[in-house]
Amino acid sequence: MPEPRNHPDEAVEPAGGTGAAMGLGQDEARSLERAPGPGRAPAVPADRPGADRPHSLWSDAWRDLRRNPVFVIAALVILFLVVISVWPRLIAPGNPLSCNLDNSQQGSAPGHPFGFDTQGCDVYTRVVHGARASVTVGVCATVGAALLGALLGGLAGYHGSWADAVLSRVSDIFFGIPIVLGGLVFLSVVTSTTVWPVVGFIVLLGWPQIGRIARGSVITAKQNDYVQAARALGAGNTRVLLRHIAPNAVAPVIVVATIALGTYISLEATLSYLGVGLKPPTVSWGIDISQASTQIRNAPHMLLWPAGALSVTVLAFIMLGDAVRDALDPKLR
Amino acid sequence: MSTSGEPVLQVRGLYKHFPLTQGILFKRQVGAVKAVDGVDLDLYRGETLGVVGESGCGKSTVARLLVHLERATKGQILYKGEDITKLSGRALKAVRRNIQMVFQDPYTSLNPRMTVGDIVGEPYEIHPDVAPKGDRRRRVRELLDVVGLNPEHLNRYPHQFSGGQRQRIGIARGLALRPEVIVADEPVSALDVSVQAQVVNLMERLQDEFDLSYVFIAHDLSIVRHISDRVAVMYLGRIVETGDDTQIYEHPTHPYTQALLSAVPVPDPDAREHRERIILTGDVPSPADPPSGCRFRTRCWKARERCTLEVPALAVPAVFRDVDSPAAHDSACHFAEEKTVVPPEAGGE
Repeated sequence: MPEPRNHPDEAVEPAGGTGAAMGLGQDEARSLERAPGPGRAPAVPADRPGADRPHSLWSDAWRDLRRNPVFVIAALVILFLVVISVWPRLIAPGNPLSCNLDNSQQGSAPGHPFGFDTQGCDVYTRVVHGARASVTVGVCATVGAALLGALLGGLAGYHGSWADAVLSRVSDIFFGIPIVLGGLVFLSVVTSTTVWPVVGFIVLLGWPQIGRIARGSVITAKQNDYVQAARALGAGNTRVLLRHIAPNAVAPVIVVATIALGTYISLEATLSYLGVGLKPPTVSWGIDISQASTQIRNAPHMLLWPAGALSVTVLAFIMLGDAVRDALDPKLR
Repeated sequence: MSTSGEPVLQVRGLYKHFPLTQGILFKRQVGAVKAVDGVDLDLYRGETLGVVGESGCGKSTVARLLVHLERATKGQILYKGEDITKLSGRALKAVRRNIQMVFQDPYTSLNPRMTVGDIVGEPYEIHPDVAPKGDRRRRVRELLDVVGLNPEHLNRYPHQFSGGQRQRIGIARGLALRPEVIVADEPVSALDVSVQAQVVNLMERLQDEFDLSYVFIAHDLSIVRHISDRVAVMYLGRIVETGDDTQIYEHPTHPYTQALLSAVPVPDPDAREHRERIILTGDVPSPADPPSGCRFRTRCWKARERCTLEVPALAVPAVFRDVDSPAAHDSACHFAEEKTVVPPEAGGE
């Protein structure tokens, strides 16, 4: 006869001493009862603490990333950008705003490796000092748009029904706003000379794109049986979202967000060119690129250096995103 | 496989209607898909109840209702006498510990981004009182060993396993909380035939070892016969015939069961030539608009006027009521009669 297991009274096994010890005894009794079949692994080995640390998706991904040269290079480039954004004088002690018109559009000279721009400012100093504004706009706008988009899009996809209908229509409205016209209207009323209005505007118009991607991939992920299995085990919404849906829906969001980062930096350039983005005395790659683009035939070096810095930055973030996405996919290991 | 008298799970008048809506913003209900339409079942301790039927007859919905992945529209599911259909929160979580599910597709039922150790150990994270934290790892290893996997493969990911191995992982996850009932929704349909037998045998061994009751849903009649103690045949959201193994397979009285059984491949060529194939015409009617009276009447060769007017009850048919024969079992047909369509299994079970 079956032993009286799972009697309603003991449905919740006490976690404390005796109960746990009893449960343990029962388990062992059971494994002893089992006749070891041929080829079966021997009795479960005792726990060797430390010898086999449990792996998780994140620990495996991190171990993978550290060995991935693409990730290491991208991370070093980004680290370098962050350092020069915070302390630009480390490598460019000059003042980006002290210019001499005598040097207008001159090529490289001793002490001025990148030459001079139309105003006679040192291009090297401006490129280094411009990193702060551009990297801030790019990274903050991307992080903001990705978080907002993933959150709203993810909730719309996960919840479905009315939440999905409302959020999808709202994102349609933002999709409908032409970026340049919207920028002229929104930003012309702002008097602040900091980067934050620009960041805020880009986040506002950028999240629907990421939101749609997030919504789609959450809908795909939530239909999988493993989500049902977790529910059948009694998992709540938080666990289902964080453990099951998010890791399986995050890849497309990472890809789109890293590509969007480059677009956002150049969007800042467009807005600055129109006079509603960053305003002097702020130094940014965007401002320099837009000013240099009219002189591309006379002095290509003025465009080349800030544009090159922008490209390297965008490339580094895209490589980072790619490496992270691959590391989060166990099938590629 | 001793069947003791106490039912673990009793299903009484279970309904699940999925609303059909029209309109974009202001949705109005224009009908309902009657996926499960009045199902009664009993599952006894330690037994296996097979549920068979064509695709779309509501088998999977019954499974999902039993593990509370869907809320019933009407009716009761009694677990040890307590209705679980209305439960929520803590009480529901406690019941979930005792009723677990094994899914059909081992390729989508395991999270590809979790290690096997995390997948099998997740039940302990959701129900932390079942196993103390330090003991979980050991329990997971033991579970993997029990289902015939190498406990050393704890840190691997699902894609590194074959279909059969993945299904074993799914079974280990279902076993983790030591449930009393396991609802298996076509657990072997997605597997190779050679692997099917291994998994079914594993399930039988585990049933004896852990004193489990199974609700085994399948469309493969031979596998259901192999594993089940009792069988329920479903058609369009209702149970049309139920009885033990021999009663259903050797003495079917409902025409739908007879038609299903006549489609089972027979390995013996002689027997094959002499048997009668019942070929049903037409498709299963839409569950949104089921036929009146007996739902099978549109495809039944015995249908008469009575069948359109009167819903046949699931009970022992009047003709067999006083007969002491295996044909005297529940069958929802006005014109039930015995008809042997499958040759008796050689050697028996």
